[in-house]
Amino acid sequence: MSYSTLFTCNPSWGKIEDIPSSTEELFWSNIVENVTNHNFRVLSLFATPMNNALHLVCILGNDTTSLLKISRFELINNTFQSHASIIPQIHLFEREIAEQFGVTVHDHPWLKPVRFEQDFSLHVKKNACGDLNYFQVSGEDVHEVAVGPVHAGVIEPGHFRFQCYGENVVNLEISLGYQHRGIERMLQGGPSPQTLSQMEVLAGDTTIGHSLAYVQLVEAMAGIHVSQKSELIRIVLLELERIANHVGDIGALSGDTGFLPTASYCGKLRGDFLNLTASITGNRFGRGGIIVGGVGYDIDFNLAATIAKQLKVLQSKTLSAIDLFFRSTSVLERVENIGKITKEDVITYGFVGIAAKACAIARDTRKNYPFGYYNAISYDIPLEASCDIFARAMMRRAEIVSSLELIHNMLRSIQEIAIQKPTRVNDVVLPSNALGISLTEGWRGEIVHVAQTDEHGKLVRYKITDPSFHNWTALSLAMREGQISDFPLCNKSFNLSYCGFDL
Amino acid sequence: MFFVLLERLRQGYNTSKYPKIEPILSPRFSGVPKITGSCDLTCKACIDVCPTEAIAKKEQSIAIDLGKCIFCDQCVPLCTHNNIQFTHEYRLASHQRSTLLVTKEVEKIGFQLNQQIQKLFKRSLQLRLVSAGGCNACEADLNVLGTPVYDLNRFGISFTASPRHADGIIITGPVTLNMKQALMDTYDALPSPKIVIASGTCAISGGLFQKSDEVCNGVDSLLPVDLYIPGCPPHPYTALNGLLQFLGRV
Repeated sequence: MSYSTLFTCNPSWGKIEDIPSSTEELFWSNIVENVTNHNFRVLSLFATPMNNALHLVCILGNDTTSLLKISRFELINNTFQSHASIIPQIHLFEREIAEQFGVTVHDHPWLKPVRFEQDFSLHVKKNACGDLNYFQVSGEDVHEVAVGPVHAGVIEPGHFRFQCYGENVVNLEISLGYQHRGIERMLQGGPSPQTLSQMEVLAGDTTIGHSLAYVQLVEAMAGIHVSQKSELIRIVLLELERIANHVGDIGALSGDTGFLPTASYCGKLRGDFLNLTASITGNRFGRGGIIVGGVGYDIDFNLAATIAKQLKVLQSKTLSAIDLFFRSTSVLERVENIGKITKEDVITYGFVGIAAKACAIARDTRKNYPFGYYNAISYDIPLEASCDIFARAMMRRAEIVSSLELIHNMLRSIQEIAIQKPTRVNDVVLPSNALGISLTEGWRGEIVHVAQTDEHGKLVRYKITDPSFHNWTALSLAMREGQISDFPLCNKSFNLSYCGFDL
Repeated sequence: MFFVLLERLRQGYNTSKYPKIEPILSPRFSGVPKITGSCDLTCKACIDVCPTEAIAKKEQSIAIDLGKCIFCDQCVPLCTHNNIQFTHEYRLASHQRSTLLVTKEVEKIGFQLNQQIQKLFKRSLQLRLVSAGGCNACEADLNVLGTPVYDLNRFGISFTASPRHADGIIITGPVTLNMKQALMDTYDALPSPKIVIASGTCAISGGLFQKSDEVCNGVDSLLPVDLYIPGCPPHPYTALNGLLQFLGRV
């Protein structure tokens, strides 16, 4: 058997020696077989040193059966044969492996830099950021528009190249990497006092999503028990983060269509949700909220009651502000049937989160690979089917509604079991020579963390996959044959993370 | 149209009365730390736990560098003498890097007004933001200043789309190697006289990324900084207060 179903739940871990090692040929034929015929998708694919040799490790997941599979093979002569043409969802993973470890990937469709980072072992940068061969279209009336890295708005840096025929976009190429801080390499040698704090700043707007992924992975590997109350508070924080960002995004969409009432209200209401998070952790982004062994701050009976009361007020204000947006014909004109991707695109390229759910594909870690307290509750994934900007906006509305309900339920339970105090574990000892995986559903979609330890139990490799890693390609596809003037709206409808991608 | 007006009535008036009335922050908010008493020279508990090396020994006690501190409070419970407390003082900004060092004697962060800056920009300040490797939390909380609650425009301050139209740049993030060139180009594109604002722990000292070989550890080594706004990320009121102090408006 070349594949192991070593991992049966989320999060889970195993000893490296128990991960079956196969030949290169078998490794790939198994991935192709599982992806094309058995509804698996690639959650993570990365290179890592194991037993003094560079290995490729692949983790597959099946959204319906919640099954996780893992396999590895030892790279020979630092090369491997690309399979991106057969399974396009791994095209970026392959480019990433080539960039991080100087591996030669044969026959990749176009092996470009991903984030212009240093080689993990040689510590050299091959190209200056943004310096690459862009896809170009030539001919009469064809022109190129280049935007960034410094944008007009108060946002992160990235470079966009549009190949246009008149007002129509033939192709959009996105070149990122400007936010690259070298996080994966910084995490090596941990866990250290700064590890958790670094997880919180992988992507600032997903502080809870990423810190939760790390913390539950460490807890699983070190065998740390988390109290039920801590699990409840974690859900409150995670769902508050989701609501705040979705509210902000609908406001931003509204601003870009020129419909200012909802833009103003949502801008303010987003702040109110952030302030609710601050009422728990003191920080508007929930810093310090999730810690190994529990949560950093308690929600007592009174605080739970205050939050529930404030949520009720915010709920009615938020939904009426959002409905104003969806009721305006001038808005609908700009969002319906624009920025479309297809259901096939989602399956082919492995898109996750809002992008997938707006194409009626139920990809939600809370349901597919339940973690923490989601194991104890049944969660129905809301879906939209029109695959356009409208669908992605409606998805956010639907998630705001379902998250509000979840929080209300959690707060009620917190009031009932207010006795258990959250705990904090300071010294974490991870098992040696082990590998673990943890998934959470951040507000953008699925977050995957993989940790590998050395013989002393220290992190030797920490692989992070933010939902934006997959979904930037979706923005590119959504712009094809579209109008360049629709780009801001399209971009906001996905609202992807630059720093989460760049790491 | 009817629904738009109706909704306007429902949502009400949202702009805060700041600076006339002080803002109400979360009771759990951490602002300027307060250091009391002296400590044992051998005890290093707070220094060891600090994720950004913001704490150092100083004259029988300790000093906390707010340019490095991420306000995570982890040092508080570990201090055996109960010497560290974080107050709710949100006014953290300063004109000088050295004033960000909090010791036993410091209760408030000092701020010295620059007459020339006040003369030039007091009534109108146009800023270009450059995000240079941040985690987007600083950017998000600066963006918030444009919402009706803070309404930055009522103070004559706004964010411009082009550096050519700006009086200064506000920088977030530790300045990654990948973003260094773009940052310097943006600075060069600004007409003189120009000001530089470093917002957030990363932009001031590199913050949680100070050990990375992919970043420049903040703006200081690259450009002359006129205003430091500490915080991870700075609370919108910290940033707003910093800008208003800078212009001599509060």
